Amino acid sequence: MNRRDAISRVALIMGGTVLGAEYFLSGCKSPNSQVSDLFSADNIAFLNEVADTILPTTAGSPGAKAANVGKFMAVMVQDCYKAFDQKTFLEGITKLDEASKKQFNSKFMDITAAQRTELLVALDKEQKEFTKEREKLVDADKLKHKGEPFYFANEAEIPNHYFRLMKELTLLGYFTSEIGATKALRYIAVPGHYDGNLPYKKGDKAWAT
Amino acid sequence: MSANTYDAIVIGSGISGGWAAKELTEKGLKTIMLERGRNIEHIKDYVNANKDPWEFPHRGGRTQKMIEDYPVLKRDYPLNETNLDYWANDKESPYVEKKRFDWFRGYHVGGRSLMWGRQSYRWADFNFEENLKDGIGVDWPIRYKDLEQWYGYAERFAGISGNKDGLAVLPDGDFMPPMDMNIVEKDVAKRFKDIYKGARNFVIGRTANITVPHNNRTNCQYRNKCWLGCPFGAYFSTQSATLPAAMATGKLTVRPWSIVTKILYDKDTKKAKGVEVLDAETNQTYEFFAKIVFVNASAFNSTWILMNSATDIWPDGLGSSSGELGHNVMDHHLNVGAGGTVEGFEDKYYFGRRANGIYIPRYRNMNGDKRDYIRGFGYQGGASRDGWGKQVAEMNIGGEFKDAITEPGTWSMGIGGFGETLPYHENRIYLDKTVKDKWGLPVLAFDAELKDNELKMRKDMESDAKEMLEAAGVKNVHTYSANPYLGRGIHEMGTARMGRDPKTSVLNGWNQVWDAKNVFVTDGAAMTSAACQNPSLTYMALTARAANYAVEELKKNNL
Repeated sequence: MNRRDAISRVALIMGGTVLGAEYFLSGCKSPNSQVSDLFSADNIAFLNEVADTILPTTAGSPGAKAANVGKFMAVMVQDCYKAFDQKTFLEGITKLDEASKKQFNSKFMDITAAQRTELLVALDKEQKEFTKEREKLVDADKLKHKGEPFYFANEAEIPNHYFRLMKELTLLGYFTSEIGATKALRYIAVPGHYDGNLPYKKGDKAWAT
Repeated sequence: MSANTYDAIVIGSGISGGWAAKELTEKGLKTIMLERGRNIEHIKDYVNANKDPWEFPHRGGRTQKMIEDYPVLKRDYPLNETNLDYWANDKESPYVEKKRFDWFRGYHVGGRSLMWGRQSYRWADFNFEENLKDGIGVDWPIRYKDLEQWYGYAERFAGISGNKDGLAVLPDGDFMPPMDMNIVEKDVAKRFKDIYKGARNFVIGRTANITVPHNNRTNCQYRNKCWLGCPFGAYFSTQSATLPAAMATGKLTVRPWSIVTKILYDKDTKKAKGVEVLDAETNQTYEFFAKIVFVNASAFNSTWILMNSATDIWPDGLGSSSGELGHNVMDHHLNVGAGGTVEGFEDKYYFGRRANGIYIPRYRNMNGDKRDYIRGFGYQGGASRDGWGKQVAEMNIGGEFKDAITEPGTWSMGIGGFGETLPYHENRIYLDKTVKDKWGLPVLAFDAELKDNELKMRKDMESDAKEMLEAAGVKNVHTYSANPYLGRGIHEMGTARMGRDPKTSVLNGWNQVWDAKNVFVTDGAAMTSAACQNPSLTYMALTARAANYAVEELKKNNL
């Protein structure tokens, strides 16, 4: 099987377009490391570390890596994101690594947990500023299209900050995972009854759903 | 008698079709229920009902593929990963939007009875009188007293939980024990009593979720996964309630994949003799014959069938002699309301996921109140404690952040309005023969919109929501008002209205087509006005009443 065959097979299996083919050709070491059109196993390991820095293991519950949130992010970006957000997200992986190299002279995977936290706290500030500005653009776009019956605000292609996307997916992926829902939160599949006046004391976990 | 001959034909298997099948078979009629889509077997085919959140690869969200495949459904919450198979395929069954109309359909056995919101409210007498009083549309041919016993009959069988609140605006029913309000909702209810002294009310929702075991159905388990299909049969659906009752008679045949293309009209007897069916799988055409036909295909599809029937006599279809077939499209307009935060109650939480909320019945343009529009609206809502999702905006990162957001946040309370739309003759649907569906059948075109009365009402719906929440002590109240378009309420009504005069209505006071008295239309199409209460309970009552009448008339050889 030659390389191009391998690419088209991956595309076929995923039922997706060959959007990531160029990335695939240039970016990965062997076909085996590619887990979907857009993501390699290395990417997922990287995203797991990012997620685990956002939501680390604490006394109360395991961290995001334990829930394999990196894998979840890859699935969501691959299946649910529009192309412009996919691009932002994928470029974000590189950008995040570059920021790490710039600040710590090392790739994100090679810096310490404390350094990772420091880096992501800074990126978080950056994305918050970015998102504030973005919301203005969203509002302006809504205003521009006000009264248009077939305008759907959630379809406007207004760029997001990559770290915003990573963080949103981390939270969603973790708290809806089995570990997140049952260890970090409380989950009961079949409550059986309703009590609208349940005593609560600080420290009790929230319901997962 | 041919194998294709029955006593009765029921077109459609949703809420009203299921009721028609149950009533007709229980009264001894050999009945066939024709459903255009696939079969969904109770419990067995609720494939996602017992899945945990993490078993959905996109955690219930939507993929780009889904968005591409469902150009209409994507417009709102129905497009999701968890019950995608319960929604009609937009591409196989397109329609034309001269004006935007969000048409969210369920083409399978059970129809939207599987996904419905389950809120079940009686109409009050004044709801039936307002058209006459306001000079709008035509007068309803019936009043509350005509439907009262049938409301009770429907409630007792369906299993409606609710509180007897004793309100004239929202008559009490034959309820199962109500679900409970949570502690914050109880506080707001008390404040309502103090502030509005009965002029406005805040009550627990009345819902078709059973709170005690009923007819071999298990009571609600508070999973709040109703729209996946309930393995406990705890909410009313065709599958959980009417279909088993009808099947138990041994007189029901259900035929999925049966698109009724027309009612076969006999101009000599001036009655229907049966229906023509296109098999959705094989594309073969069949005819079925019966003494009576119940049309329960969902409001606009019921009208579509009438429009395609008896066109050799009436070019615009059976029931078009009135000039009203396809006209007076109605829905409830929504996506307007308010929400805010509630201080205190940090030592209180709740257990269980209550598939129900609170209800604020209509108070506008009644009891001396007069606005610059007519009719009114109600609200649904509820209070809950925020979860991790609410904290995304200010989120930080790290262990402290993580532990903080695993605890419940502040309480918040929200209400959203459901407004009445008036029956406007010019709000209509019609056949567009230039566009065909997957089966080569002409599709419906929608030319309907909210007008001045509804748009004025929406201003009140927004400002009243804020005013009431603030009065009840809710803080940081924000309002919203969006998507002033029809369809989104998924409360399709009108287009074959009941009335007193064949010149201005399609159906008489027993839901019979004036031009073919053995054809009964008892779904949303029959509605003469919309009120603001969720309509399905009224369809149940209308259907049971009409079925009872039909069988009596059959016995008297009048049909």
